[in-house]
Amino acid sequence: MSHVTSAVRTPLVTGGKTYADVTEDISRQVEGAPTREWTIAFTIAVVVLLYGAACVFWTWWEGLGVWGLNKTVGWAWDITNFVWWVGIGHAGTLISAILLLFRQKWRTAVNRAAEAMTIFAVLCAASFILMHMGRPWLAYWALPLPNTFGSLWVNFKSPLVWDVFAISTYFTVSLVFWYMGLLPDLATIRDRARSKVSRYIYGAFSLGWNGSAKSWARYEYMSLILAGLSTPLVLSVHTIVSMDFATSVIPGWHTTIFPPYFVAGAIFSGFAMVQNLVLIIRVVFKLEDYITIEHIESMNKVITLTGSIVGVAYLTEFFIAWYSGVEFEGYAFINRATGPYWWAYWAMMTCNVITPQLFWSRAIRRSIVWTFVLSVIVNIGMWFERFVIIVTSLHRDYLPSSWAMFHPTLFDISDYIFSFGFFFTLFLLFSKFLPVVNMAEVKTVIKSSSERLPVSVSGVAKGERVTNPTFNKDVE
Amino acid sequence: MSDVNGNGKFLVGIYDDDDVVLKAVKDVKEAGVRIHEVYTPFPIHGLDIALGHPRTRLGIAAFLFGLSGTLSALALTYYTEGFDWPMIVGGKDSYSPIIYVPIFFELTVLFCALGMVGTFLVSNGLGPTVKPLMYDLRTTDNKFAMAIDLSKNNIVESDIEQILKRSGAAEVNVKQF
Repeated sequence: MSHVTSAVRTPLVTGGKTYADVTEDISRQVEGAPTREWTIAFTIAVVVLLYGAACVFWTWWEGLGVWGLNKTVGWAWDITNFVWWVGIGHAGTLISAILLLFRQKWRTAVNRAAEAMTIFAVLCAASFILMHMGRPWLAYWALPLPNTFGSLWVNFKSPLVWDVFAISTYFTVSLVFWYMGLLPDLATIRDRARSKVSRYIYGAFSLGWNGSAKSWARYEYMSLILAGLSTPLVLSVHTIVSMDFATSVIPGWHTTIFPPYFVAGAIFSGFAMVQNLVLIIRVVFKLEDYITIEHIESMNKVITLTGSIVGVAYLTEFFIAWYSGVEFEGYAFINRATGPYWWAYWAMMTCNVITPQLFWSRAIRRSIVWTFVLSVIVNIGMWFERFVIIVTSLHRDYLPSSWAMFHPTLFDISDYIFSFGFFFTLFLLFSKFLPVVNMAEVKTVIKSSSERLPVSVSGVAKGERVTNPTFNKDVE
Repeated sequence: MSDVNGNGKFLVGIYDDDDVVLKAVKDVKEAGVRIHEVYTPFPIHGLDIALGHPRTRLGIAAFLFGLSGTLSALALTYYTEGFDWPMIVGGKDSYSPIIYVPIFFELTVLFCALGMVGTFLVSNGLGPTVKPLMYDLRTTDNKFAMAIDLSKNNIVESDIEQILKRSGAAEVNVKQF
């Protein structure tokens, strides 16, 4: 067996790490006491969560009248937040599954955090579905169960029911994919555990993994099939979410471009959120050698691509609204840009179409500060995109007598804040108790993508095939 | 589960490098030693082939579970909308398989994923109460272990130890289960 050290690719792991270094560096935050920064961040997240949970409870107790909805704008922040969070939940599976199928090795350092983000983001999205129902204790009505009213079933022809199937399947498969990916690393933590309690807990969750060659062969095969399943799943979920709108007759919603446009937008916002989380993780847990500028740059390239697709979709929508000759459609789009919600439309255009184009500059693409700021801007822009699609399309309908405006109340805002408390509480718990970088996968790329070269390479050019290499820390 | 086979005495060769252990498998086999299993901290491509493990049939399980998902979705939608409570909504036929493609797709994926993962756990003997047989605790960190079941080899223990060392083992330990 031999390894090729590519002459053209820049290393994905820096600092001359050995296999033991990988275990040590990544297990450190799981095994050590919580840091001061983590404790402060966790306290803030829990306080926000508790405040938000009280507001969500009040929303359910009083009814949806506490929101700023009216008869015309019947969906507003609830569905905006839902679609936004589902979109954020897409990058995890994309990084894990699609990039695995494409053999993109840079995914290994960021896939774990991205998958965790997916799980938590989908839970946040689901919380808005429950809130939006008003009576969450009846949520099971959305499931295909025979009920007490006779042989009445859910309407399988409705995209809202497709949503139930799509999102619950997506959540389940993502959770399984994430958990299976954790097994080898949980076993590593188990075998290093000093206390009986952690040995027992990590032992139970690692399910008795011992890393035999046979297990690994099956494991890799299973991962590949799960990736193959998850890839179309990502596309199906947001396609179906887009159909919630596209199958209606509301001007501005009833468009065939929605499925690809929503999928691109979801990946766009998802990658932006991954960037934010990963940039924080690499500093707080000192993982700069594993999450390198190469990783950041690769994700920025995906953001640039998907942001450009979203930009083209905005222009296509406008063009088709004019070209179709449907006056209601034409009005809906002119109204978006120049009507009472013009500020939301232009915030969306600025944040999603104009500013991400700065990533064409290599210096900006490789700058941590620029990446963080632009990713936050993309997330803001994508929230406005959903707001523009939902609220501006609803506030003007076919009857001018029913035209209305939507004004968010304290509970609209607080319920959104709740989701941040929920998300960050879960994410901080994850980052403390589980390895945030996939140790086993990073170890597989150490030889082919690290700064460390095999001894026998010293004196020969990079890229040359070598057999039986051994490590030497002094070789650069 | 392949590696839980009762009480026995094992010689465990510990290797520092994945390339070395992969070559060692071939060398040790050529020397006539029957290898019980190799334990590694990460997957090594080609190791299962070198050891002579049969190709996994998880793909077949995945296909069958996926098929059962499709058939379940077909049965569910046909029973509810085609038979039990036919309804025409939005001018769509009460039962036309095209309308239910998203349901078919989602249940196919769901059954396939859960069924395959379940099969994986069962076939590897994994579960929350399973106590793993660890030949060396460092194999989940940075070492590679080759386990030789002495009861399944007719070669003298000291000879096997020599073969393991010659193949590149940094140390050879005895493990009794």
